[in-house]
Amino acid sequence: MKKFLVSAFVFITFVIYSLHQRVASNVISPTVSQTPNSGSSSTTTTQPSTSTTGFKDGQYTGDIVDAYYGNVQVKAIISGGKITDIQFLDYPRDRQQSNYINSQATPMLRTEAIQAQSANVDIISGATATSQAFIQSLGFALAKAK
Amino acid sequence: MKQTRLLMGMPISIEIIDKSVDEKIFDVVYDYFKYIDNKFSVYKNDSEISQINQNKILEKDYSKDMKQVLKFCEQTRKQTNGFFNIQKDIGIDPSGLVKGWAIFNGAKLLKKNGFENFYIEAGGDIQVSGKNLDKENWRIGIRNPFKEFKENEIVKVISVFNKGVATSGTYLRGAHIYNPKDRNKKVDEIVSLTVIGSNIYEADRFATAAFAMGQKAILFVEGLNGFEGYQIDKNGIATFTSGFNKFILENEKN
Repeated sequence: MKKFLVSAFVFITFVIYSLHQRVASNVISPTVSQTPNSGSSSTTTTQPSTSTTGFKDGQYTGDIVDAYYGNVQVKAIISGGKITDIQFLDYPRDRQQSNYINSQATPMLRTEAIQAQSANVDIISGATATSQAFIQSLGFALAKAK
Repeated sequence: MKQTRLLMGMPISIEIIDKSVDEKIFDVVYDYFKYIDNKFSVYKNDSEISQINQNKILEKDYSKDMKQVLKFCEQTRKQTNGFFNIQKDIGIDPSGLVKGWAIFNGAKLLKKNGFENFYIEAGGDIQVSGKNLDKENWRIGIRNPFKEFKENEIVKVISVFNKGVATSGTYLRGAHIYNPKDRNKKVDEIVSLTVIGSNIYEADRFATAAFAMGQKAILFVEGLNGFEGYQIDKNGIATFTSGFNKFILENEKN
């Protein structure tokens, strides 16, 4: 949960930062229908304002980001020059036990190069070619039976 | 006492450690596997599954075991977002679930007959119970998927108590598991996925489903409560779930 919140926070901070940059340089995000220098947003019902924090009121949709399990997309709502809400428009949920996944961070799983080990084992587990060979052999046999 | 017989298109081994063992119990379990084969083999024209695929049996007349298996298959399909799918070109083929289910039933038969220390292994899928001859947890080696079968090289050794261990994979002669979401695409991102579960029925159905997910398979296993996994990709890099450690036996390397 913690790691997911951290990732979301980092992402949202990035969104806010990029919004801040855009507001500061008077460049309008393509996802906001707003004309340059108009000083107002067409998507807000609040009084337009350009506060000293640099955020313009309105609703701003961030880019879609690949979060490995799926996509994340957020919408930031600015009112009175401050972030009043952040909504998830998309989050990874197309998975079994999606509630469980969403409450977890993307795990960093350990990896290693495979290496031969001592063969002192009782049983061996591995994909078998026998089943496939069985099918092939059966095919040949049946062909002869025609 | 140990026996190996070829059934269901593969070698099936049963080893029983308990001193009370005699030959008869092997016949009981192998007869059960024969029964399973006669019912579920798509390669036998007279099997119930072949009759179903030829539309010769009404659904209401399916046998109890068939209805049970199909119900489990549907459940598994939903739980895996369709990555487990028994619909094939020839009709339906539930063997990806039947194998683990049958081994698990075989193990239950042994327990019912009073045996505690044994394993059943069928085509690389294993149900263990109790302890081995050295009175330790059963030691299982994961086969190197890049080597010929006769070499039987091990790349990981695990030690398990009362668990099921299933390995889905491809082998040198090419990929034989396909992605049910995209029939034209062979699954070759990963070559081996070993799943440890509370029993072989559970381990097998999820190993079968997850394998079709490619590189993300191990993430699916990570998200399953009570399951651990070890995945080997086509470059020989293994990824393991966060709880897999507890099963690893550190070994001297060759």
